[in-house]
Amino acid sequence: MVKLTDITKVYRAGDVPVPALRGINLEIQEGEFLAIMGPSGSGKSTLLNILGCLDNPTSGTYELDGLKVSALDEEQLAVIRNRKVGFVFQSFNLLRRLPAVEQVELPLLYRKVANRRRLALQALVDLGLGDRLAHRPVQLSGGEQQRVAIARCLVTNPALILADEPTGALDTATGHDIMRIFQRLNVERGITIALVTHEREVAAYAHRTVHLQDGQIVSDEANSSPKRSSTAAERPLGSDAGSEASTP
Amino acid sequence: MSIVDTIRTAISALAANKLRSSLTMLGIIIGVTAVITLMAVGQGSQKGVTESIRGLGSNLLFIRPGQSQASNVEAAVYGGQALTLVDTDAEAISDPEKFPYVEGVAPQIDFEGALIAGGQNTRTTIIGTTPDYQYVRDFYVGRGQFISDDDVSRKGLVAVLGHRVAQTLFGDSDPVGKSVRLAVGPGGMITFNFRVIGVMEPKGATATGDEDDLMFIPLPTMQARIPILRNPQGLSNVFQISVKVRDRDDFDRAEKEIAVLLRERHNVDKDDFVILSQTEVANLKAAETEISQTLWAAMAAIAGISLAVGGIGIMNIMLVSVTERTREIGVRKAMGATRGDILRQFLVEALMVTMTGGGIGVVLGVTLSMLADGRTILEQSVRAEVSAVAIILAFGVSVVIGLFFGIYPAFNASRLNPIEALHHE
Repeated sequence: MVKLTDITKVYRAGDVPVPALRGINLEIQEGEFLAIMGPSGSGKSTLLNILGCLDNPTSGTYELDGLKVSALDEEQLAVIRNRKVGFVFQSFNLLRRLPAVEQVELPLLYRKVANRRRLALQALVDLGLGDRLAHRPVQLSGGEQQRVAIARCLVTNPALILADEPTGALDTATGHDIMRIFQRLNVERGITIALVTHEREVAAYAHRTVHLQDGQIVSDEANSSPKRSSTAAERPLGSDAGSEASTP
Repeated sequence: MSIVDTIRTAISALAANKLRSSLTMLGIIIGVTAVITLMAVGQGSQKGVTESIRGLGSNLLFIRPGQSQASNVEAAVYGGQALTLVDTDAEAISDPEKFPYVEGVAPQIDFEGALIAGGQNTRTTIIGTTPDYQYVRDFYVGRGQFISDDDVSRKGLVAVLGHRVAQTLFGDSDPVGKSVRLAVGPGGMITFNFRVIGVMEPKGATATGDEDDLMFIPLPTMQARIPILRNPQGLSNVFQISVKVRDRDDFDRAEKEIAVLLRERHNVDKDDFVILSQTEVANLKAAETEISQTLWAAMAAIAGISLAVGGIGIMNIMLVSVTERTREIGVRKAMGATRGDILRQFLVEALMVTMTGGGIGVVLGVTLSMLADGRTILEQSVRAEVSAVAIILAFGVSVVIGLFFGIYPAFNASRLNPIEALHHE
C-alpha cells in the first residue's frame, strides 16, 4: 500500500540545510493501523506531509497504491490528495463560514461527482451528526467538529487516512471517542490509517507503532493487543461519541 | 471545480463580508456611473449639434453682407454688418430664367424688439421676411397662416408668432386674430400694433438659434416702418438671403453664378458679400460646441481614472483577503484543490465584485442620464443620450479591471505552500 525507500527531506533555513528526515524506509500494508510517535522535531509531521502528498521528499522514492508519487508534480499531487488521501488535523481545520454538510462536500467539489449532497449527508449520518447538518463550526463542540472533519475525509472513500494529533485539542474522554471511530473505520471498512501522536494511550489503539528520532526510525513494534473498543459492530460509528456533552 | 461551484463559493465568501464587499464595490459603482453619465451627456451634445444642422432645412445657401475673406468666414458672420445686400438682390436671384435650379429665395432682416400683449411682455427676435421663408427653411406655420403675398404687397401690420413667444404672451389661449404691440428704438419709443395671423410649429434650437423664440412680419412692412434700415441709395437692405437649391449637384454652380450676379449688381471689384453653404454655417456652430464636448470627454476620462482607483481598492482588499484566508487555502489544497482551482476561486471573487459593481453602475448611470436629459443644469441645457457602446465600454472596463487587479492576489493565493498555509495562524 505504502512504500517509502530511503526518504530524506532537507529544509533550508537561509543557507543552512536542516535535515528533517534522514533515510526513512517504511512499508505500510493495506488495512494497517499505524501510529507514528516521537519527540518534537523528530520529523514525524514531515513524514506525515510526505505520506499525504503535501510535500515531496528531497530524495528517495514513495509509492502509494502502486503509484510512484515522488515523481509527480504539484498539480498531480493535488489530484492524488483528492483521490487517495484523507486528512484529519489537530485543530480540525474546518472552514469558519460553512455549515457541516458543506464542509463535508468540500473535497467532492474538487472531483466532479454527482449527488455530492447525498454522499455528504450519508457520511455525516454515519458519524452520528444527522442532527448537526446545518451547524457551523462555532455552533459545534470540539468532538463534533472533529467528527465533521472525519466525515469530510471519509466522503471521498480514501485509501489512506492521515491523522495529525487528532485528539490533541480534545479532552481525554472525547479523545477516546475519536480514537474508537478510527479503530472502527480501520476494522469495519478496512481503511489504512497512519496517525501521529505523542500520547501512548492514543497509540495503543494502533496495530503498530513507529518511533522517530532526529529524522530516523528508531523502533518499529507491532502491538499484538490493540486497545479494543467495547462497542458492537452494528452500532453506527458516531454512537461511540456518546460520552461527550454536545452544545446545541 | 466546476464554474458553477466556483461562482457559488465566491458568492458565499463575499456574502461573509458584506460591508467590506459593498465598500469595495462602491469604487467601481461610482466609476461606472460617472463614465456612463458623462459619455451620455457628451453624446447628447453631439446629437444636439447634428439635429440643429438638420433643422436648418436642406440644400441651403446663405448670402450675407461682408468683405470677401474666404479665409476668415467667421468675421463675415459675426462682424459683417456692412449692409450691402438689398431686397432687389433677392428678387434677381429668384429669376427662374437665370437660375432655373433655385427653388426658393427668402431675404430677411432681424432685430431685437419687445412684445407686449395683454399683461405679458417678452423680448424676442423679429424677422422680416417673405412668404417663401416657410418653404426655404423647412419651417412651417402650425396654426393660422403664414405671411402671404398680399401681406407683402400691402405692407400689412400682421405677425406670425414663434411657438414659445405665443405661449409666453397668450398662454393656452389661441392668439390668432389678437393683437400684439411691438416696441422698437431707444427705450422702446416707437410702437406698432400687429395683428397675429398665425403661430409657427414648435421646432427647437437649430444652428441659427432658438427657432421658437421669434416673430415673423412681412419684410416690406419692416422696411417701411423702420427708416433707420434704409441705405444712402434709398434701397432697402436685408441682413441675409437664404437660397434653396433644388439639387445638391447644382450647389457649386449656384454659388458661382450668384456671386457673378451680385458682383455685377453691386458693381464692385472686391466682393462685398459672402456666400456660405449650410455645412459652413453648421461648422461654425460645431466649432462652438466642440469646446464643451472636449470638456465632457475630459470629465469622462477623469471618471475612468476613478474606475482604476476602484480597481486598486479591489486589489488591496483581495490581498488582505488572501492573507486572512491562508488557512482556508491550505485546507482546500489538502482536500485536493489544484493551483488552478485556487486561482479561479479568487479571480472569480474579484470579478464578481467588479461585475456586480459594474452592473449597478450601468443601472445608475442610465437612470442619471435619463433624469438629466432635457434639464437645464448650470444654465446649460443638457442633452444626454446613453449609447450601447458606452454601456459595453464601461461594463467591459470594469470586467477588465477585475481581471487585471484580481490576478495578482489570486496568483499569490494559488502559489501558497499547503503545509505552511495549514499552519498559518
